[in-house]
Amino acid sequence: MDPNAITPLVEMKDVSIAFGGVKAVDHAYIDLYPGEVVGLLGHNGAGKSCLIKILSGAYKRDSGQIFINGQEVKIDNPRDAKHYGIETVYQALALADNVDAASNLYLGRELLTRWGTLDDASMEAEARKVMGRLNPNFRRFKEPVVALSGGQRQSVAIARAIHFDAKVLIMDEPTAALGPAETAQVGELIKQLKSEGLGIFLISHDIHDVFDLADRVTVMKNGQVVGTGRVEDMTKDEVLGMIILGKCPPGAVPGPGAMAS
Amino acid sequence: MTSAAPSATSAAPNESAIRRLLRATEVDTRMLGMIGALALIWIGFNIITWAQNGEGLFLSPRNLWNLSVQTSSIAVMATGMVLVIVMRHIDLSVGSIIGFVSTIIGVAQVHILPAYLGLDNPAIWIIAVILALAIGAAIGAFQGSLVAYIGIPSFIVTLGGQLFWRGAAWWVTTGQTIAPLDDRFALMGGGPHGSIGATASWIIAAICCAGIVFGLYAGRQRRARFRFPQRPMWAEYVIAVVGCLVVLGATTIVNAYPWPERVAAAYAEANNIPVPEGGLVISTGYAIPVLIALVTGLVMTFLARRTRFGRYVYATGGNPEAAELAGVNTKRITILVFALMGALAGIAACIDSARLDSATNVLGQFDELYVIAAAVIGGTSLAGGVGTIYGALIGALVIQSLQSGMVLLGLDSAFQQMVVGLVLVGAVGIDTFYRRRTAKG
Repeated sequence: MDPNAITPLVEMKDVSIAFGGVKAVDHAYIDLYPGEVVGLLGHNGAGKSCLIKILSGAYKRDSGQIFINGQEVKIDNPRDAKHYGIETVYQALALADNVDAASNLYLGRELLTRWGTLDDASMEAEARKVMGRLNPNFRRFKEPVVALSGGQRQSVAIARAIHFDAKVLIMDEPTAALGPAETAQVGELIKQLKSEGLGIFLISHDIHDVFDLADRVTVMKNGQVVGTGRVEDMTKDEVLGMIILGKCPPGAVPGPGAMAS
Repeated sequence: MTSAAPSATSAAPNESAIRRLLRATEVDTRMLGMIGALALIWIGFNIITWAQNGEGLFLSPRNLWNLSVQTSSIAVMATGMVLVIVMRHIDLSVGSIIGFVSTIIGVAQVHILPAYLGLDNPAIWIIAVILALAIGAAIGAFQGSLVAYIGIPSFIVTLGGQLFWRGAAWWVTTGQTIAPLDDRFALMGGGPHGSIGATASWIIAAICCAGIVFGLYAGRQRRARFRFPQRPMWAEYVIAVVGCLVVLGATTIVNAYPWPERVAAAYAEANNIPVPEGGLVISTGYAIPVLIALVTGLVMTFLARRTRFGRYVYATGGNPEAAELAGVNTKRITILVFALMGALAGIAACIDSARLDSATNVLGQFDELYVIAAAVIGGTSLAGGVGTIYGALIGALVIQSLQSGMVLLGLDSAFQQMVVGLVLVGAVGIDTFYRRRTAKG
């Protein structure tokens, strides 16, 4: 696939956000093509989660533009982002602990009966179908999600993200709370979704994860993009150099955060 | 990865009959605990009054009927306070809203409306009620928007509201008591005339019983449509029979309370009814404020359980950030919840002022504390996300039972306050202990 031949699914240009005096994201550029996984790497506090929260509508950017399929769009809150098919699996999972899996799955998009009341039975039936695909062992539909294990909660969060015709999926440390078997399961899921043509942002500070799953990698440091490159054009050591030193290797396109050399 | 949740039909061996009954009927054991506590209070007071007077005064139709009327205003507000607390907020202003709203609708129906509509116009009470709902909701919405958009903690906003609206209530009437209120409006306060009588009470009881049976049937149909596990049939029968017995029992009790002799005699004279030997006996039946409280409870349960609004309230209370990220407009929900609370305080203002047949600026003083106590005793967690409407209704009944019982015993009011305070702390203490134990497993 030649990324230059088609319009990017997502393009964020010159995006900045500051909290108080701290520039959490500083004139960042990032793009994503259909059927592609882009890994977003960086230290804690490098601005990667922040950049992605701007795309998912959790934060409102101070400046910059967002394009979806080449069209400039206005994303001011999570509802706007969902409208454009941008779905997010958050690091903290973002589930309402006190309600059950079906209610979480449909939170904000409840199915209603023809009288305008909640159609819990349909939602539960639908949840059983979705969860059956993602995690066939899942049985605890009646319990508040606080009672579930980390992996089960993760599958609820992912189910919620992919159930509503997502075009762009943002996964913020999707495997942080999981054991090895569940991590492998999430990896399989990412490959499957990618083959279905979704664009996926994968945020992680584990570069092994990212090298296994991503097509391209963008590295951030101190709120700025150090560089972006294809995984096969770089070594893990070079990427580590980008993360730690901000040194952009020859295989990558340098960004404003690259160390002057 | 997970153990299968126990399905409603599977029976584990070595299970006691009671445990099996509880599981099959899917009854909330917390609610049973509350009802048990209530029964203990009722029977306890009855025994003590029996020891004092030679007859049990507490469990008499007269006292229970009075208890139902006294509970209704707190009960109406407690249903709203549950949602406020579930959202991790608090509303300390409801008592003062009662004072403010009641003086306004008092002035409206005594001084203003008769001038345009004429005295005794049937539209007066309707306008007064609409006014009460509108003012209450507007005050709530205003306070809610301060909480949602400016981010002032609800404790502070409503503490300010408590002072502000109480002061405003004085200012409306310069401290005067407004009385008497419109005759039709006063029916909302209960009393012999503000009750619906035996026949209507039985009709309502019949409708309730039919509703219980239909609700169970519809629930079964719904579960069957999606092939979800069903309760065993005998458990459905147990629920239906117990539910109907409660309804019929309550109706029997309120119908067993006759009009006071003098009121009945006056009524007989006014309507040319011959008074039989031993006086005219007219059953009081359900009081109108009690019906208002019950309908409010039903409507609020529906809102909380079956609508998007309710779902968002609980989800926001459980994890505000998650709800916001899921696309819930939590600011709007916050304003709606406070507006609803204000409107319910407006209803309570109608009930309270109608019951006294007068409006004063001190009406509803300290009510916010009893309302919060009712919600909390009813199992609403101040940490947010947890609470039920029926729990708050039972909580209101518990508090009012304590007060009413202590009045019957002739305990002075200082002592009554101490007891209610102890019970509040004790109830929450027991509940916290219980929750921690069940959470451990």
